[in-house]
Amino acid sequence: MENSTPDIQRIKDESPFNLPKLRKYFPAWLRNFLPIGGGHHHREEEKTLFGFLAFLISESFIFAVFIISYIALRATAETWIPPGVKGPEMSAQTLLSSIILLSSSIVIYFAERALKKRKIARFRLLWLMTVLMGAFFLYAEVKEWLGNDFSPSTGLLGSTYYLLTGFHGLHVAVGIILLTAMLIRSFIPRIYQKGHYGVTAISLFWHFVDVLWIVLFSLIYLWRG
Amino acid sequence: MPNNLVHGVTLPESESKHTLAESEKNWRRYFTFNTDHKVIGVQYLVTAFTFFLIGGLLAMIVRAELITPASDLVDRPFYNSLFTIHGTVMIFLWIIPSIAGLSNYVVPLAIGAKDMAFPKLNAIGFWLVPVGGIVLISSFFLPGGAAQAGWWNYPPLSLQNPSGNIINGELFWILSIVILGISSIMTAVNFVTTIVWLRAPGMTYFRLPILVWATLTAQLMQLIYLPALTGVALMLLADLTLGANFFRPTAQGDPVLYQHLFWFYSHPTVYVWVLPIFGIFSEIIPAFTRNPLFGYRSVALATISFVPITGFVWAHHMFASGTPEWLRILFMFSTELVAIPTGIKVFAWTATIWKSKLHLETPMLFAMGGVMMFLFAGITGVMLGAMPFDLHVNNTYFIVGHFHYIVYNTITMALFGGIYYWFPKISGRMYLEGLGKLHFWLTFIGANLCFFPMFPLGLQGMVRRISSYDPQYVDWNILASLGSFLLGVSILPFIANIAFSWLQGKKATKNPWLATGLEWTTSSPPPKENFEEIPVVDFPPYDYGRDKYSHPHLANR
Repeated sequence: MENSTPDIQRIKDESPFNLPKLRKYFPAWLRNFLPIGGGHHHREEEKTLFGFLAFLISESFIFAVFIISYIALRATAETWIPPGVKGPEMSAQTLLSSIILLSSSIVIYFAERALKKRKIARFRLLWLMTVLMGAFFLYAEVKEWLGNDFSPSTGLLGSTYYLLTGFHGLHVAVGIILLTAMLIRSFIPRIYQKGHYGVTAISLFWHFVDVLWIVLFSLIYLWRG
Repeated sequence: MPNNLVHGVTLPESESKHTLAESEKNWRRYFTFNTDHKVIGVQYLVTAFTFFLIGGLLAMIVRAELITPASDLVDRPFYNSLFTIHGTVMIFLWIIPSIAGLSNYVVPLAIGAKDMAFPKLNAIGFWLVPVGGIVLISSFFLPGGAAQAGWWNYPPLSLQNPSGNIINGELFWILSIVILGISSIMTAVNFVTTIVWLRAPGMTYFRLPILVWATLTAQLMQLIYLPALTGVALMLLADLTLGANFFRPTAQGDPVLYQHLFWFYSHPTVYVWVLPIFGIFSEIIPAFTRNPLFGYRSVALATISFVPITGFVWAHHMFASGTPEWLRILFMFSTELVAIPTGIKVFAWTATIWKSKLHLETPMLFAMGGVMMFLFAGITGVMLGAMPFDLHVNNTYFIVGHFHYIVYNTITMALFGGIYYWFPKISGRMYLEGLGKLHFWLTFIGANLCFFPMFPLGLQGMVRRISSYDPQYVDWNILASLGSFLLGVSILPFIANIAFSWLQGKKATKNPWLATGLEWTTSSPPPKENFEEIPVVDFPPYDYGRDKYSHPHLANR
C-alpha cells in the first residue's frame, strides 16, 4: 500500500492476517477483495464490486429458500402433477430459449473482453446481442406461461413453478434494464476510460442469473417421477 | 513526540469551528434526503424511538387488558392485533433500526472513515423504514383491522383472512416485512463493505473495537439469513393473494415448512440485535472502569463465531411442532453451544470490572443493569434450549418472560446506555446526569416488575396470546401490568433529558469520558467528513490504564 510508513509496516507484519507467507500464497484477486491492513485507498471500483458481490450472496439465499422449498415440497408430495393437468413440458422452444440464455453468458464475456481492449464498437455490438438474447428468453417464457394449462393455484406444482420461473424471470428483466442502461452510458464520451466496474458488476449479475437457470431448468423440466 | 499525539493518534491542531457552527444551525437536514452517515444515524434513532413509543403504547393496552382475568377492555380480535403489531413494531421498527442508527453513527467514526461505503444506498435504506412502518401502522384502519396472527405469523392461521377483503391487515403486514427486509439488506451490504474497505491506515482487524466486530458479525448474518424471511414472506404473499398452496395443508402445502424458513432467519436475528448490544457493553464498561477489555481477542473471535453457529439452531423453536426426534436432539445440542461464546463475553465483562474503581455515570448504570439482566435472560435461554423443559413451558408466559428479558431488560436498556454514552458526541452537549439516573432506576425497577412475574406465571401454566385467563393468575398479572405502566412513565425523564440537553445542555468536550477509540479524537459533533485529517492507528483497542488518563477524576471533568 502506498501510505506505508515504517510503523504501519511493522503493524502489518505483526498482524496474524498479514504473515508474509500467507500473503504470498493468497491469490491476488482475493487480496484485492479483502484489504488486510486497512487504509484509505482510492480503489473505488473494487469497493463497489465487493458491495455488489455481497448483495449477490444475499440474493442467492432467497433463491436457495425457494429451491429448498421446491425440493422439500416435491419430495414429500403424494401427487405432484394434479390429475387432468399436463404439467410443464420441455418443448423445443423451452430448450432453444434456455440454450440462448446460457450462450449469452459467453457473449457477455467477450463483450467485457472487448471493452478491456478498448474496442468500444465491438463491445456495444456484443452487449446489444446479450440484451436481445435475454429479451428472447423472456419472450419465450411469457409465451410458455400463457400456453400452460395450470395457474399458481393449481396444487403445489403451479405454486412452485410460477414462483421459481417468475422470480428468475424478474431477474432476467432487471438484468436487461441494467444492461440497456450500461449500453446507453457507453455513448458518454470517455466514460469507461477510468474503469468499467459497472460493466463487470452487471456481467457478474448476468452470469449469476444464467447459472441459476441451469439449476431451475434441471429441477423443473428434468426431474421426473 | 509532538504534543498533539494522544494514544498515538494525531489530533487536528484546531477544531473546525466553521463547519461546527454551520451544521449546528441547520437542523432542517434531519428532514431531508441527506447522505451523511451522522445525519442518517440520528434519523434512524429518532424514527425508531417514535415507533418504540407506539409499540409501547400497544403493550400498555395489552397489559391493561390483562389486569383483570376477564376479557373486558378491548374485543378479542383487536387484542390479537395489539400483540401482533406490538411485537412486529418493537422488532422491526425499534430494535433493528435503532441498532442500525447507532451503528451508522458510531462505526464509520470508530474505524476512521469519512462516511459509509455507499452513502446514497444508506439514505435509501433509511427512508424505507418510515415507509414500512406507516404501512404497518396504517393497517389498523383497514376494514377488519391489522394482522392478528402474532409477529411469527404462522400459516394456516395467517391465511384465514377474517375480513374477506383482498386489501387486509395480513397483506399490509407482509408488505411491511418485505419493505423493511429490503432496507435491512441494503444496510447490511453497506456495513460489511464499509468495515472491510474503509478502515483507517493501521486499523487492522484485531484493532477494531468490539462494537465494530459485532456490527460486522450482525450485518453478515443479516446478509445471509434475512433473505430467508423475505423469501418466505413472498411465498406467504403468493398464498394470500394468488391462491398459491405453499403453506395450505388443505392442498398438500406444508405449514411446518414456513416455521423452518421463518426461524432460519428469526432465530439468528436475535443475535443480530444482541451482538451490537454486547458491543455497546464492551465499549462502555472499559471506559468507566478504566481497564482494558479483558480477553479482547477471545471476545472478538467469540463474536464472529456466531455467524456459523446460529445457522444451526433454528429448530429449537419447533420442539413442539412435530419435528422428528433426532432433529430435536441435534438442535438441542447446537442451541446450547451458543452459551459458550456468550459465556466468554459475560466473563470478559466481569473480569474487566474486577477490582476496578467504578464510575457510575448513567451509561455505566445502564450497561451494568443490562449485563445483570442478561444473566437472567441467558440462563432462562439455556433452560428453554433443553427440550424436556421447553416442552413443559411451551407456549406459556415463561417464553414471554425470557424473550422480554432479552429485548427490554438487555437490549433496550443497553440501547439507552449507548445513547447516553454517545449523546455528547452526537449533539455536542452533555445530558443531565440526575434525570439520566432517574431514568435508569425507573427502567430497572419497572422492567423487572413487568417481566419477572412472567416466569412464575409460565411455570404455573398460564398460556400466552390470550386476553382472558384463570383467576388464580391474577396477582402476578397485576404486578406485571403495574410494571408496564412504570416503564411507560420511565420514558418521560429520557425524553425531557434529551430534548432539554440538545437545546440547552452544557457544551461537551471532544472526549468527555476520556475514552479511547477514534470517535473520541474528533470534535463533538464531528465535522462533515468526520476527521480533519485521516487518523493513523498504531495502538491496541481499549488502551486504558497505562497513560496519564489511567485514573482520571471523572467527577472534576
